[in-house]
Amino acid sequence: MPQEHKLLLKYADAPDYSKDLECYERHGGYQALRQALDIKASTGADGNEVTAQAQLRKSVLDSGLRGRGGAGFSCGLKWSFVRHPNPKPVYLICNADESEPGTFKDKQIIYKDPHQLIEGMIIACWANHVNLAYIYIRGEFTEGAKILNTALAEARAKGYLGKDILGSGHDLEIHIHRGAGAYICGEETGLIESLEGKRAYPRIKPPYFPAALGLYMCPTIVNNVETLCNVKHIVEMGAEAFAKLGTPNNTGTRLVSLSGDVKQPGYFEIETGKVTLGELINDPNFGGGLRNGNQLQAIIPGGSSSKVLRAGETFKVDEKQMDLLDVPYDFDTLMKIGTMSGSGAIIVIDDSRDIIECLANLAEFYAHESCGQCTPCREGSLWMNKALHRLTHGEGRAEDPEYLKHIAHNIQGRTICAFGEACAWPVLSFVDKFKDKFEEKVSA
Amino acid sequence: MSEETKTDEPPAIETTTVKVDGREIDVPKLTADWQGNLVPTTVLQACEHAGIEIPHYCYHPKLPVAGNCRMCLVHVGMPGRPGPDGKSPMNEDGTLKIDPMVLPYERSTPKGVIGCATNLVPGMEIYASSPETKEMREAVLESLLINHPLDCTICDQAGECKLQEYSVEHGQAESQFAEYKVHKPKAVDLGPRIMLDAERCVLCTRCIRFSKDIAEDDALGIVNRGSYNTIATFLDTPFDNNYTLNTVDICPVGALTSKDFRFQMRVWFLKETNSLCTGCGTGCNTVIGSRENTMYRYEPRENDAVNGPWMCDSGRLNYKWIGSEDRLSEVKGASGWATAITKISSKLEKAPSGSVAVIGGARQTNEELYLLKKLANKLEAITDSSPRMGEGDHLLSCPDKNPNSTGSRLIGIAGEELGSQLKHIASGIETGTIKTLIVFGDDVTKTGISEALLDKLDLLVVSDILPNATTAKAHYLLPGCAHAEKRGTFTNTKGRVQKFMKALEAPGDARPEWEFLHELVENTTGQNGFSTIEGLFNQMAGEVEAFKAKELTWAKLGDTGVTVEL
Repeated sequence: MPQEHKLLLKYADAPDYSKDLECYERHGGYQALRQALDIKASTGADGNEVTAQAQLRKSVLDSGLRGRGGAGFSCGLKWSFVRHPNPKPVYLICNADESEPGTFKDKQIIYKDPHQLIEGMIIACWANHVNLAYIYIRGEFTEGAKILNTALAEARAKGYLGKDILGSGHDLEIHIHRGAGAYICGEETGLIESLEGKRAYPRIKPPYFPAALGLYMCPTIVNNVETLCNVKHIVEMGAEAFAKLGTPNNTGTRLVSLSGDVKQPGYFEIETGKVTLGELINDPNFGGGLRNGNQLQAIIPGGSSSKVLRAGETFKVDEKQMDLLDVPYDFDTLMKIGTMSGSGAIIVIDDSRDIIECLANLAEFYAHESCGQCTPCREGSLWMNKALHRLTHGEGRAEDPEYLKHIAHNIQGRTICAFGEACAWPVLSFVDKFKDKFEEKVSA
Repeated sequence: MSEETKTDEPPAIETTTVKVDGREIDVPKLTADWQGNLVPTTVLQACEHAGIEIPHYCYHPKLPVAGNCRMCLVHVGMPGRPGPDGKSPMNEDGTLKIDPMVLPYERSTPKGVIGCATNLVPGMEIYASSPETKEMREAVLESLLINHPLDCTICDQAGECKLQEYSVEHGQAESQFAEYKVHKPKAVDLGPRIMLDAERCVLCTRCIRFSKDIAEDDALGIVNRGSYNTIATFLDTPFDNNYTLNTVDICPVGALTSKDFRFQMRVWFLKETNSLCTGCGTGCNTVIGSRENTMYRYEPRENDAVNGPWMCDSGRLNYKWIGSEDRLSEVKGASGWATAITKISSKLEKAPSGSVAVIGGARQTNEELYLLKKLANKLEAITDSSPRMGEGDHLLSCPDKNPNSTGSRLIGIAGEELGSQLKHIASGIETGTIKTLIVFGDDVTKTGISEALLDKLDLLVVSDILPNATTAKAHYLLPGCAHAEKRGTFTNTKGRVQKFMKALEAPGDARPEWEFLHELVENTTGQNGFSTIEGLFNQMAGEVEAFKAKELTWAKLGDTGVTVEL
């Protein structure tokens, strides 16, 4: 029977666990930090000195840790884009904007185990020569911001933050910055603009890759909450042991936010790729099946922007035939079946739902959240929303599926940031996979 | 000899080869950015070198790159990622393998790059006119048009609108848009000189970037979100710096219009004439837009040695006087030009040496000041120009409000300090040594020669454009021309000698000053001069040291002038 594997959420929900520093330390907190700071410089194969920080960065690369925010990009590789020594200050930003609809995993850590995040951040900052870091937290997490501020004060008082952390000679300060409630602030360059006090317009890349020209035009690393927490565990377990969790190239655990028409919606921590979509939805340890005897209609597998999967679909993955419900929940398999695990948010849609209404709802979200900076997304997101609401209001036309795809095609790949894909993909996939439902809607 | 050739040779420009639409061309590796710094050449610039225009809205060579309009999306081919040996994949024939870019998640779909912000890469192929590129362009244009009002017929931008132009080239005859358009505020009063039509705006942010980065007034921004985005000032703060009208020029559509020009004239009726702004010593290059002898607007004309593509609002709006009702248009003191010139000439011939003073306003052209100087030399007259000082700023406006103080100095009408002789002229009139005063384009009552003093003169010859206290006292009043009504040159404060052309006919009997000065000089000195502006300029250039050093000729000035040593 599939089980949760609790690494990040090991203590968070334990009845006697509290978010204060004393409790965290009692559970072995900040030992990983001490361990990291104790790493000694070594000599590489070429006879050159390898700094302690470089060793730690290497170990994060070797662990196979992939970003948990949505794109699933190698964390170690992302870090390697920053040059050291760097003539400019290097910044680290924790992306705690958690704004992808369906996602509520980072919140669990921030609200219940804030020191885990802070410890992960301190280690990541030390590894990347960062002396000033920020946590950009979504505006709606008012309590979360308070909790983090309290935790930061506790850490500061204990010498985990501030000047000369634990006698290492490394200085670090972390500030909390609250967003004001825009989805686009979760896009890393939009986030940076917002942090600089500007309208969160994502930056064009090239030239503004954060690793070179990030916050205040200095090299900047932006990592998700869950990603940074994992850094602490990589130090604790060692890269090799961490890489054994999950499946090859899909290492560690993932926090899955399960929502929609299941009996037991909630968050679960699984070994990446060790649990299938079907198990997540139907197993008593997870979703516990659909409600009221309804049948599965669709799965949005990785946050609202991921391409939808239709019940009954089968796929050919690496020459192997696979039913939808047998797809292991990981990064690579979901990509191979044409979608993504994104932020780890699974939205389950049963057959009681009007699928076009579902899509119209998503389109409305994206039309509302498009920052409006670049033309295709600004105009296209609202265009799709209007067309879909025309459909749901009984004014559909036979040509609307193609019309919608035309609009979406003109957005994807042509925008400044990935919001273009985020708003185009649901439309493209819903239209492709539910053409019959569109036809029914038009003729109704 | 070798030394001379060294100093004149520009440094060799490093070039790189790029394929545009299958044709290999050499383009400079580096190109100046908006601040003039050399940075890697972009795809858009490479296509320009190839003679292919990449359509764009937000990109402007003199503004920071924004990359938001996406109109310049171009399909390109790139060399593959280098393998472990550090070498990019090769074709069988040993050439670099170039792969047309595709979407990483959908490899059957071509991916474009924005030409304005994508640097050239060795081996790159630019498919500037391919069906893939065209499709991307058409899609962006379609997006821009779906919410755009169909009001070209009443829009001031019509005829010089990038949305119109590109619609003709890349648009479709019929719209497939089946929804309701977004409506936004129209006729929004942004400031004293600017009106915004938010529905027409394509949100390219040129105006925002201009105001923030060029005018250094971070006054404009965007409010609301997504398709409802709107340009706005902060709350109700008016958009009011001295450069606001440049935003109208750079607005690619009819969103920002000039309150002065809107609804005045369709642009296709305007005759365009190269001219100069006379508002200060900067000498911004301009284009006069006129129709049927009425001037409707000034626009800046790009000249990187002077004003770039900009000009200030006060200069731009400083043209209404040209067509004003009270322009001087009649010769006074005689029954016409011929009599006036004959009478003045004979009086000047009889004037004892040293009894004449000449004030040549620094608003007169180099040619006119040169002729006045010739006259003064013959009469051994004391000369000067009145200073007109005001406030300058960081960008274009200069504290010297005369357009030609430098010309007056170089030609020798004024000394190093303008107006230093005025008190000597005043005391000369007072004591009676100066009996004759010739004033061109200056109200001397404002600069120390009172009306009472003017009354003491035996002869006061005045030429001007508009009436003032000095013209009222003139024994002979010779109506002159606004710069827009004649040809000539000014020398700006940095020594740039620039010419302006004639756009309008002068009112009534008014004549270009250089024409009748030429007659006056010929009568008085007995020397024949040139009766064409070209000949006159070339003659002057042979005599005035600074001009001579540069071997200036009228033709050599071109459209943007030549800088002389000061």
